[in-house]
Amino acid sequence: MSGAYNFAYLDEQTKRMLRRALLKAVAIPGYQVPFASRDMPLPYGWGTGGIQVTAAVLGQDDVLKVIDQGADDTTNAVSIRAFFRKTAGVATTERTAEATVIQTRHRIPERPLHAGQILVFQVPIPEPLRFLEPRERETRRMHGLADYGAMHVKLYEDVARMGRITTSFAYPVKVAGRYVMDPSPIPKFDNPKLHDCPALQLFGAGREKRVYAIPPHTTVESLDFEDHPFEVQRWDRPCGLCGSTDSYLDEVVTDDQGGRLFCCSDTDFCRERRDRMDEGR
Amino acid sequence: MGRIAAGLADPVHDAQMQFRDLLWAMSRPGSVVVLRGGLPAPPEPLVPAAYALLLGLVDGESPVWLDGDHPDASRSIRFHTGASMVAEPGQAAFAVVTRASGLLPLERFAQGSHDYPDRSCTVILQVDHLAAGAGLKLRGPGIAGTARLEIGGAPEGLVPGLQANRRRFPLGVDLVLAAGRSIACLPRSTDVEA
Repeated sequence: MSGAYNFAYLDEQTKRMLRRALLKAVAIPGYQVPFASRDMPLPYGWGTGGIQVTAAVLGQDDVLKVIDQGADDTTNAVSIRAFFRKTAGVATTERTAEATVIQTRHRIPERPLHAGQILVFQVPIPEPLRFLEPRERETRRMHGLADYGAMHVKLYEDVARMGRITTSFAYPVKVAGRYVMDPSPIPKFDNPKLHDCPALQLFGAGREKRVYAIPPHTTVESLDFEDHPFEVQRWDRPCGLCGSTDSYLDEVVTDDQGGRLFCCSDTDFCRERRDRMDEGR
Repeated sequence: MGRIAAGLADPVHDAQMQFRDLLWAMSRPGSVVVLRGGLPAPPEPLVPAAYALLLGLVDGESPVWLDGDHPDASRSIRFHTGASMVAEPGQAAFAVVTRASGLLPLERFAQGSHDYPDRSCTVILQVDHLAAGAGLKLRGPGIAGTARLEIGGAPEGLVPGLQANRRRFPLGVDLVLAAGRSIACLPRSTDVEA
């Protein structure tokens, strides 16, 4: 750990400000709490919100895992892990089971989380109503009045035009029966994992300066209609590496001859399954 | 004037650990947590948990209200945190109620607005003891099924007060109960039954 930084990079006053905001976020599930987002040593869009939330909760005994689209070995994940190794000296891991804090961009791990873990989401645009109503004052009022008709109209228009709800990521949810929330651009495949999760889920949007939360064991419903119930993506083939039939698959182009591979986006989940297969051999 | 009590021995890591304990308690209403790390001897009439949480969480951006004239506590908090002490409970981001009988009505603390329900007070209530598994029946976010919390020295009328607080959701206050080194939380999202 480099002695030139305060523990976990942020100064203590910034951490206190974030901690106070996080407490309110937990007490009002799904509501976006404004916070004074700081300049971070990387650009917006690279997880500045998630990093600030992680820095506010992280302690010396934590074991940190960072994933980007499910993978531990992509640029964003590698550099955020290195950032906290340098500024906080914490242990890092690629194993979901061993982590106490998991920062994620756009996925929820396949392995069920447990109570001792905190999942920190990187969020680009926290306001689920933003593309329906650009004015912040109006969206705030809509949340205040629980006026979510416009969101249902949007989903209905999908059904009217395409015959089904076409939203496939950042699929809006209602938290604890009150606030409609953007779960960040996770695939809707992951939405069911938000519900009744034993781990605390925290969301940080750096550019938009908002944090929000889903406490453990909270009701999280994906918006839908009685005759068009919410459903998740399915694939007609298993993972090409581990054979999993119930995980989220990425399509990887393997050559310039049209070759394609479908494999788990969660690299730790896939590796664990392959290790087990090797042991059984 | 009042005497200044000691602050956190390790301000960075004690505050972090104690915040994590508070975050655990706030996200799992009714669970009783013993604060980790060093807890300095509190000034009269604060209990160690209440004093430590204030030291770790408040500063010049979060006004504090104390229920009465407590010069030692007031001076210690001002000295270590830079927080301003306010005379009106409605102006406080954090309020400390040391005599449980003075807690109600909860409406006198900041409730937030419909646009900004987060601009509401966190009330630290000092009680005699806390025990999970018996007492009040709790339901809501953070609780798998039901939880139970026994509060020793709870004020009369606490349950109807908390039920009215719940009905005001998303407005309302969030309660942190403190007994010795232990804490438990009752955020505004929790349904409470006697």
